[in-house]
Amino acid sequence: MVEPKLEQLRLSQLGDGVLVVELGTDASEATALRVHAVAQHLLGHSPPGVRDVVAAACTVALHYDPLQIEIVAGTQTPFEALAQQVTQRLGALDPAAAPATSEHEIPVCYGADFGEDLDAVARTHGLTLGDVIALHSAPLYRVQMLGFAPGFAYLAGLDARIATPRRATPRTRVPAGSVGIGGELTAVYPLDLPGGWHLIGRSPLSFFDPTAERPSLLAAGDRVRFVAITREEFERFHQDGRWR
Amino acid sequence: MALKVHRAGILSTLQDLGRYGYQRFGVPVGGVMDEYSHRLANLLVGNAEHEATLEITLSGPRLEFSHDTLIGICGGDFSPALDGNRIPAARPVLVRKGCVLDFGTCRLGCRAYLAVAGGFDVPLVMGSKSTYLRGGFGGFGGRALRRGDLVPTGETGADSYPGLRHQLDAGALFAYPRWSVNANSAFLAHGHHRIHFIPGRHWELFTEDSREQFSGVEYRIATDSDRMGYRLEGPLLALKEPTEILPEAVTFGSIQVPPDGRPIVLMANRQTTGGYPRVGEVSTVDLPLLAQLPPGDTLRFESIAPEDSQRLYLQRDHDLGIMREALRMRMKQ
Repeated sequence: MVEPKLEQLRLSQLGDGVLVVELGTDASEATALRVHAVAQHLLGHSPPGVRDVVAAACTVALHYDPLQIEIVAGTQTPFEALAQQVTQRLGALDPAAAPATSEHEIPVCYGADFGEDLDAVARTHGLTLGDVIALHSAPLYRVQMLGFAPGFAYLAGLDARIATPRRATPRTRVPAGSVGIGGELTAVYPLDLPGGWHLIGRSPLSFFDPTAERPSLLAAGDRVRFVAITREEFERFHQDGRWR
Repeated sequence: MALKVHRAGILSTLQDLGRYGYQRFGVPVGGVMDEYSHRLANLLVGNAEHEATLEITLSGPRLEFSHDTLIGICGGDFSPALDGNRIPAARPVLVRKGCVLDFGTCRLGCRAYLAVAGGFDVPLVMGSKSTYLRGGFGGFGGRALRRGDLVPTGETGADSYPGLRHQLDAGALFAYPRWSVNANSAFLAHGHHRIHFIPGRHWELFTEDSREQFSGVEYRIATDSDRMGYRLEGPLLALKEPTEILPEAVTFGSIQVPPDGRPIVLMANRQTTGGYPRVGEVSTVDLPLLAQLPPGDTLRFESIAPEDSQRLYLQRDHDLGIMREALRMRMKQ
């Protein structure tokens, strides 16, 4: 067995078809970088039988088919065999040489009927609408993980001054493109969905297309910055696909 | 070639073994709830096991065949009838063009799988024919079947089951052999359902009382259970102390416990990640049984070691392999 260079690496089982690589116990930036490095490496060097690689805040999960895992010498079960392969693959990984991340600029038209809760968020924190927009569009966010719905990316890095608990009563339908704040995270609704986050604006971009080769605009580990646009720029995007 | 839908039933959707490779984009795996019955139905008609079948729920559809078609029905008992004549499940049935297949309401189990030789001719979306209703993609136009639909079916080689073909040529409306396959009869034994689960990483976070009760006391499947999750009524489960769990991947059979203490078993249409503490995961071999239990049925959980669970899974696949070979021989008769 090759000892991995990664510190705090633990392999555990989730049921009988998922191997979980645990890379920490917090949602810190350092953990996130390790998660991203491991997930990218395992996506590129996926052991046979692995069907999905799912990164989250401090874990990378490998969904596998036990029937497709070759039981090699020294191992008894599909899990053991896969764990050995994963350990070997990660042993060769230098976590410092983190892979490149994609960066996205996402135009958002804040407020009015696109962001019905912008007023409420501003009031809650004793800020002006302009303050909230400035604070939301300043950080370079990191996609912590996807979940809830196809293309729904949880973005970490929200300014604590505008962190807002979810609404007591979720909306039954939030239109696609809506930008919301849920606790210390922010996200764009990729489809028309039910949702309990505070809505502050809307983006004209398409975040999920089931027919595209890469169906989701955002992937775990990507970086995101929001750019405030006017209503006219939002409308223009629908005419010529450009927002500036 | 097509199936004409005279009546759609409560929820009839095309499903296959699921949409893998896209969970990292938040795309649910979906697919059939009862993988065993689905695979068996496909084997009966000579399809690949990953070919889509029609998953029928609680109350079934009424379908007309545009061409002579070889079909197989497995899973729950919906009293299927062809032009008014009851037909047996778990065997291949060659149906004459123009015949109408009528499913009733489910008497045992809660889902049946209809396979047609040649499969369903719908486009692959992200590598799968499974219908995902919430996203509106996959299967037949991303939705459940409706009255008036013409669902395209694939081409087949006409050389299987020549004995049945002969009966149709002699004038029969439909024909089936005297034998049947040993379908997943586990759920037919009504009453005491035992579901194995593998205690997970959060198991120790629960109080001793909760852990003891969970693996022993009876749970009832609540009425608000669906393809996404089965809600369970029974002893409430409590954590030793309030604990924030960082969200991470979940899977088919993950048993999560929201703050109200009522466990939910995540099923085929589960989300890809979840943030609630989990008791553990249901054994893959027991998911087909669980998927056939309708709301109101009761079950007990029993813990199993992950390696034993994997062994049972490999064993079941071995048994299916034997069935596959046996059917290959029968298809020549």
